[in-house]
Amino acid sequence: MIFKKFNIENKKTRDLIPQAITVLALLSVIIYFATNAQINMGNRGISFGFGFLNQEASFDITFSMIEYDGSHSYGRAFLVGLLNTILVSAIGIFFATIMGVIVGISRLSDNYLIAKVAEWYVEIFRNIPLILQIFFWYFAALRALPLPENGISFYDISFLTIKGWYVPKFIWTNFNVFLLSVIAALIAIYFINFYATKQREQFGKQIPSTTISIATLILIPLITFLFLGVSLTFEYPVLKQLSPTVFTYAGGVSIIPELIALALALSMYTATFIAENVRAGILGVSKGQKEAAASIGLNKNQILKLVVMPQALRIIIPPTTNQYLNLTKNSSLAAAIAYPDIVLVFAGTALMQTGRAIEIISITMLTYLTLSISISIFMNWYNKKMAIKEK
Amino acid sequence: MNLIAKPSKENFKTYVPIGLFLISLSILDVFVNAFFNFNLMAFLPSQLSYFLPLILGFIGFYLIRIEFSGVHSLDILNKNINSNNFNALLTLLTIFIIIKSIPPMLDWFILEANFIGNSKDDCTGDGACWVFIKVWFNRFMYGLYPDAEQWRINTAFLILFAVVGVSFFVSEKFKKYFVLFLVFVFPFLGIKLISGGSFGLEYVESAAWGGLSLTFIISAFAILFCFPIGVILALGRRSSLPAIKYISIGFIELWRGVPLITVLFMSAVMFPMFLPDGTFIDKLIRVLIAITLFEAAYMAEVVRGGLQALPKGQYEAAKSLGMGYWRMNALIILPQALKLVIPGIANTLLALVKDTPLIFVVGLMELAGMIGLAKTNPKWLGMAMEGYVFAGLVFWIICYAMSRYSQNLEKKLSTER
Repeated sequence: MIFKKFNIENKKTRDLIPQAITVLALLSVIIYFATNAQINMGNRGISFGFGFLNQEASFDITFSMIEYDGSHSYGRAFLVGLLNTILVSAIGIFFATIMGVIVGISRLSDNYLIAKVAEWYVEIFRNIPLILQIFFWYFAALRALPLPENGISFYDISFLTIKGWYVPKFIWTNFNVFLLSVIAALIAIYFINFYATKQREQFGKQIPSTTISIATLILIPLITFLFLGVSLTFEYPVLKQLSPTVFTYAGGVSIIPELIALALALSMYTATFIAENVRAGILGVSKGQKEAAASIGLNKNQILKLVVMPQALRIIIPPTTNQYLNLTKNSSLAAAIAYPDIVLVFAGTALMQTGRAIEIISITMLTYLTLSISISIFMNWYNKKMAIKEK
Repeated sequence: MNLIAKPSKENFKTYVPIGLFLISLSILDVFVNAFFNFNLMAFLPSQLSYFLPLILGFIGFYLIRIEFSGVHSLDILNKNINSNNFNALLTLLTIFIIIKSIPPMLDWFILEANFIGNSKDDCTGDGACWVFIKVWFNRFMYGLYPDAEQWRINTAFLILFAVVGVSFFVSEKFKKYFVLFLVFVFPFLGIKLISGGSFGLEYVESAAWGGLSLTFIISAFAILFCFPIGVILALGRRSSLPAIKYISIGFIELWRGVPLITVLFMSAVMFPMFLPDGTFIDKLIRVLIAITLFEAAYMAEVVRGGLQALPKGQYEAAKSLGMGYWRMNALIILPQALKLVIPGIANTLLALVKDTPLIFVVGLMELAGMIGLAKTNPKWLGMAMEGYVFAGLVFWIICYAMSRYSQNLEKKLSTER
């Protein structure tokens, strides 16, 4: 009886065989690896587990956004690395977007020189490996900067030296009130836009929502400065002599050269790809759309803002999301110039000290997976918002 | 009051010469300043003399902006770089920046650079020390591969170029044998020649390989293997069988979600834990597997794009001819799908080549790694700029050539519809 069901002529059975073979093969590979790992770890006297995350890390990290020293745990070190990764990715994404949009639009400029310069910028920076660009900025360009005692000064409040870029430190009083006011302003803007859209769609009234939004964003926080006791002072970096020949800057915030080199290289490299996306997006809007917009009497700015850009964004966003993801993943090249990101701190130093290869590599990879997936979920949401709404 | 009339055809004869004179004067000023360090307008207050070229050029461009002047070259000029005030300003700034940046570049690259000598002491000029590249050139190309055996790498690459070259000239009939040889025989022949160990060739361990030749070896092998794996993964992701589909999706998304550097770390420190105690897989092979699987996931997504773009009718037509799954894909679907995604494939392969320097994390040194080694040599400290500019140039030429080739291929294979 059972053999009758297992007829090769039956489509269901025929489909089952390759699937079963694949699953079995995959399972056997996993089991083979797992048993080997177990035996190997048994031989070396280590057991699988994440308890080490609470142990004292006892190594220092050169750059940290949260309080950290050697007495903190490996878990804390992981957090420091993760925050540094997020920091450099955020800076990179910010500047790459701005530069990418500028270069992308420049490539379509009717000014021949500008278009050519933009084209060569893309051709040059896209075709050189990112790691070489990072090395170039870090080992060659930034090393050519002057020593602290004759650092390049920007109006005496900020100094660029070989040891990094010293900028004024913000000292807030009642920062919480300020933060709350910004959040309140953002909520207010949301409702203003909501109201403006409704008015426009129902009654055809044009409300200058952009101007009102900007005014709200400036006014509400300004009120907190004037009436609610929020104030901001700056602590400027000051040159200090450590010994007859060694100088440094005290006070202010020091942006380490590793961060500068990495952010520069990441944004300049990724900007070339974003520029190509922007160009493709604008070219992808058909000429008829612009002509139609012009024929109903919109001016040049209105055409760009109301007709071309909304359609171009639909083409631009999906590939640009991929570039943001790539930039985040590429920030792991930090390890090459010792910027303390998650790979260097956790998969490098912490792994060397604990020897827990499987746990640490899995955590690192899972972290990147989570970062990637969260960026893509956010961008998918945004993409859906921008997509054609059929009414 | 209208002292200056708007530039038009009537005042063409006065405005154009004045305009051109002002533009030439402004460019000349910047040029002389940049090349000979001499300020033509030094008699003016410093702030004014700084901005004067810009102002003069701007007025000049305004004066020559005559619509439908009737002079062809002037119309072309106006249309392309001088269509309005903003464009005129951008044009001037671009020209000034280019002129300003030429002399220091020229000085550093050629005029003040040092070409002759054997050591760092011979570099007395202010410019680049190309002696560094000259002395280390052998290492940059072959890594730590023994000097006496380097002919083997040369032979391998020469055979490759010869076979590729000859295959361009033979008839279509024999071409496929050349391709088969290149894909299935040559890689293993070449690797045997380079690694040695038999036929009287001295064994050279892979740790000694390096430099640009290693870049080529890794790129070639990874390209060779990642392509079929990528195609299979793409087919798997489009499969109607749930187990195969979800395993493919999981595999692709896992690799695409993590950076290559962690994959290489994994191949270096974590992978040995998964093997029976005492087994040893060569570092180079582990790295190759890691890069291949990583890039195969990207390749799979590119190929999937091509598969999705094909109209359903192609599948149905193939099936109605009685073709099975594999025959349908091999003869009807893939040839069309792959042609559609040539740019994507080329980009993936380019990314692969650009990713090869990352193998430094496991201690293998291709071109960029060798430069890192050379610049930390006590006798050659401070040569980072020369080294990375050289490496950048080499990689740029390779990648630019590849992207140009793919553009040509795309044009050649595009079938008009």
